[in-house]
Amino acid sequence: MTGLVLRGIIREFDHPAPRRVLDGIDLAIAKGEFVSLVGPSGAGKTTLLRIIAGLDSGYNGELAWQGARPRLGIVFQEPRLVPWLDILDNLLLVSGPEAAGEARALLEAVELGGNETALPGQLSGGMQRRAALARALLVKPDFLLLDEPLISLDAALTERMRRLLNEFWRAHRITTLLITHNLSEAAALSTRILILSPTERRVVADCALPPPDPRLRDDPAVAATLENLRRMTHTWPKPAASSTLSLVG
Amino acid sequence: MNQPETKRLAEALTFRLGARWNRLLSLVVLLVLWQAAASAVSDPAMLPSPAATFQAGYAALLGGELLFHVGITLARVAIAFALAMLIGTAIGIALGRSPVLDQIFGGWLVLGLNLPALVTIVLCYIWFGLTEAAAILAVTINKVPTVAAILREGAKALDAALLEMTRVFAVKPTRVLARVILPQLGPSLMAAARAGLALTWKIVLVVELLGRPNGVGFQIRSFFNFFDIASILAYSLTFIGAVIAIEILLLQPLDLRLGKWRRA
Repeated sequence: MTGLVLRGIIREFDHPAPRRVLDGIDLAIAKGEFVSLVGPSGAGKTTLLRIIAGLDSGYNGELAWQGARPRLGIVFQEPRLVPWLDILDNLLLVSGPEAAGEARALLEAVELGGNETALPGQLSGGMQRRAALARALLVKPDFLLLDEPLISLDAALTERMRRLLNEFWRAHRITTLLITHNLSEAAALSTRILILSPTERRVVADCALPPPDPRLRDDPAVAATLENLRRMTHTWPKPAASSTLSLVG
Repeated sequence: MNQPETKRLAEALTFRLGARWNRLLSLVVLLVLWQAAASAVSDPAMLPSPAATFQAGYAALLGGELLFHVGITLARVAIAFALAMLIGTAIGIALGRSPVLDQIFGGWLVLGLNLPALVTIVLCYIWFGLTEAAAILAVTINKVPTVAAILREGAKALDAALLEMTRVFAVKPTRVLARVILPQLGPSLMAAARAGLALTWKIVLVVELLGRPNGVGFQIRSFFNFFDIASILAYSLTFIGAVIAIEILLLQPLDLRLGKWRRA
């Protein structure tokens, strides 16, 4: 089992001024779901991801993995590649040298074939992000955490990377949490979209979607969901009422 | 190769050749000053000329004792240096990464840094006898705090974002140490190695002077008894030459290798 349950997660910071970033996050992610957490900058999305990744233990509330703690794969907001290791070695750092063949294949998949021996500093920001994505997929994670993984890529490349993520999820059904501020991205990839309110500092909408295959962006169901969510996000920064939308069944 | 590239290459070569000529000139000036001072003193027993010193060194080289004693001293330097780097690096990383350990043992480090080398040497010889192990231990104890202090600062400045990444991916600790932590500590390791090498060989000479039957330090004590200043200078210069060779042949290439990615 690789599901996750969060109950009443509260996170407060003292510096630079005392403030509550998350105020009672209740959330359950079942095995095999692709969940997108959508919210504007400063809503606490990355804080929540860091708590789930085990990088922040200063919270109150309960975080429970269903079963053993899963093997995590992560794409941080910034690529976090080791600057003195070439791209292939960056991937092998997390998986071991025996995975060289798979690493090369994944670099091909993210359109970085031929850049195996390049140092991260020799690649563009977008190329580094794709290398970070390949690294996260290489470890065959039970639970994949993605923090704005496709930001700063051009439109065509973004579309191809979305397709790659979608194919990867369809092939392996890896439980995934995608952090994004982009509703279209969330709609194109997810089986569920959560809206994190910057004013209430908790999840205010939980929308189930049909599986993303072979859905297109102009699918009426997706369009309706997007419209609902857009209306909801238009209410920011005013407090929005909690609601649960479902387009399934 | 186009014209600007050729020009750049020519400029670089001129600079490198110029730098070498300048170093050679510096050495020549030193020799001239030495010769002038020796002529002014005009007492070979007090200050022998460069030629007399080289003659004494050459005689010791032919006799075999110069290489023997320099070799023994270099071996002691190598063992004490390696031990001190290993122990000092481990302590430095531990203190740099753990604020609690730093709070508890940081004061010990200050104590170690300020402990006179002579006190450690004398105490080691009294407690453990005039043995090889006591000599190496005394040098190592003197060097460890310096290495640890430099590495502690390096460890405090490790890239937290990269360490977080390795934590989430549950990368093996040995792999994190070898591929993420130690490369970041490269500049600190080089600084500790340079400071350490200079400190170690000076302390080894004192250790040999006080309680070993061989080595450059022992020889200097013997020459001191006979006021043989030419031999003292010949041995010292040979040994300094060996240490400079280590710097040029070992430390500088290592430094370049460690910093290669920064220039990419």
